[in-house]
Amino acid sequence: MSEHLLELNNVTKIFKGGTVALDNISFSVEADSPSIISVAGESGSGKSTLGLMILGFLRPTTGSVVYKGGNLARLSSSERVEFRKEVQAVFQDPFAVYNPFYKVDHIMEVPIANFKMTNSRTEARELMEQALISVGLRPEETLGRFPHQLSGGQRQRMALARALLLRPQLLIADEPVSMVDASLRATILEAIDKLNKELGITVLYITHDLTTAYHVSDYILILYRGSIMEVGDVDSIIRNPKHPYTQLLVGSIPWPDLDRVWGEDIAVIDIEEDTSIESKVGCKFSGRCPHVMDRCKVSRPHLYWPDDNNRVASCYLYDDQPVLHGDDVGTLFKSKKVAVAR
Amino acid sequence: MNDNGYVLRVENLDVQYHTDAGTVYANSQVSFNLKPGERLGLVGESGSGKSTLALAILGMIKPPGRIGGGEIWLENTDLVKLPEEAIRQVRGRQVSMIPQGAMNSLNPVARIKDQLIDGMIDHELGLSRSEMNRMVREALEAVELDPQVAQMYPHELSGGMKQRACIAIAIAMNPKVIIADEPTSALDVVTQRQVMQTIGHLQAQLGSAVILIGHDMGLMAQFVDRIAVMYAGKLVELGSVKDTFTHPMHPYTQMLISSLPRLENKGTFNGIPGITPLLREIPTDCVFNSRCPQAIPICMQRVPKLLEHRPNQWAACHLYQSEEN
Repeated sequence: MSEHLLELNNVTKIFKGGTVALDNISFSVEADSPSIISVAGESGSGKSTLGLMILGFLRPTTGSVVYKGGNLARLSSSERVEFRKEVQAVFQDPFAVYNPFYKVDHIMEVPIANFKMTNSRTEARELMEQALISVGLRPEETLGRFPHQLSGGQRQRMALARALLLRPQLLIADEPVSMVDASLRATILEAIDKLNKELGITVLYITHDLTTAYHVSDYILILYRGSIMEVGDVDSIIRNPKHPYTQLLVGSIPWPDLDRVWGEDIAVIDIEEDTSIESKVGCKFSGRCPHVMDRCKVSRPHLYWPDDNNRVASCYLYDDQPVLHGDDVGTLFKSKKVAVAR
Repeated sequence: MNDNGYVLRVENLDVQYHTDAGTVYANSQVSFNLKPGERLGLVGESGSGKSTLALAILGMIKPPGRIGGGEIWLENTDLVKLPEEAIRQVRGRQVSMIPQGAMNSLNPVARIKDQLIDGMIDHELGLSRSEMNRMVREALEAVELDPQVAQMYPHELSGGMKQRACIAIAIAMNPKVIIADEPTSALDVVTQRQVMQTIGHLQAQLGSAVILIGHDMGLMAQFVDRIAVMYAGKLVELGSVKDTFTHPMHPYTQMLISSLPRLENKGTFNGIPGITPLLREIPTDCVFNSRCPQAIPICMQRVPKLLEHRPNQWAACHLYQSEEN
């Protein structure tokens, strides 16, 4: 068995008070096929918890997160330094990550010093400039400035530049564009896309915005209250969603397209969020699902292959189809690794 | 309604903030009008002046902010000239606001019912308790909330329900103009669609005009009739949603429209390079000239006026007004 870059083995996270944030999630990501994988779902679906666990900021209640064969809970200190260097993050708020009293250079100087990348000032400057150029920023327009002198989009790209300065293998991007203006979003997504294509960085793009997820990623994992509803190839899932929850989500996207009527494709009865009807043993979506059957309330569906080999959906509507063997949905992330003409 | 049939008419509005670091010209020479029942989208980057414009219409520009000039006609009243006491009677009753973060806009220690009644008491509608209770019930029903919600506190409600409660407060007194400042930016897509549908139904039922502020062009495409595009404190384009999306005139709008992610253009990213100018002085040239790929010499010399270059499509751009010079 080849070594995975990242492995989640039956990860469950239960917070104090009994909130199940993630419920038995397993997937692996290969080192040799860097792709962009979106993790999407509404607030409370567990997507940010997933990101924090992969970054080692949260421990799973049961199960394990394994990076390059090493369980995050048991890394030696030298392994931990290596892990911290290779796995980087970009967060939602492009304002909060900067200390307003320091020049923006600071967020790049610190990792260079911490990871002892170079002792020479000139080399450090060169590393910073290279990183900035690769996210589409001009060093002379950004270095030496204070955070308030840059736009939100520039700041967020700078945060990306900091991440890639360390030559990471894995980037966790948690809602990196949700606080950035629409006109600047494209520039950030483009930078993420470039990191993946040109530098071979695997990206986990965590978002509630299916439009940008569709645009930037190869695969998507749809979470609902901590469980996987549908996972696989992003084009198949967004263009032809199979799970009733995905259908509801995709049908609710306000596309900037006048020929598309909002909510027109939704054959679903809209039921508002109601945690009280969440089934403890059955499908978590059964309380809102228009296709709900008796069995949905008493047992949890497996992941079925509804039509093609591109995705699986956890729904009894497809129980006449083959079941995904094992728990690892990571097999879905390599079904199609051919360069898409862009 | 005034003589032109407009419920709201903004004329050459200037709003400035006088800070220690200097004056910021947040709105300069903004003009537009609104018909009863119309849905207008107000889009622009953060700092382009859209929220300032909303606050000005609500009479809520407070020092160091100041309305430097212009008129805001609500039917036959110029709100700019009204004293604070009179403006209070307009606010909430005739022009109301659905705030951005519903989570933080409700009073955490008051029941939803009391927050609804508050406005009615303040506006001295002279209603009896039972009439007010009836209005509370009707307002909650209108936003598809259970009447029991009246007795609840905000923390007992979900994000979508809180936003609905804010909408109930905004519509309780049948305002003529509703300003919705990114009302769904904190909600997920499903709840967003449900909440916007509720706003749409209510607005149609009450015949109120809506100004929807935001930068989600997808939401605009699906909800509004006309779009007003702001850039650096100025209105740069104003037209029907169809014209704006199919043949935008101002280069900023053109770039904004082409930057949008659609189902058909996966993997193409057209960002708008450059940054918005600081609004520290009164512009003497076009505010977009430093980022504009189509700039011509006059763009560096003169401020373009917002003019109707095609029927009902207005743009402030020198590319279309050569004849004027």
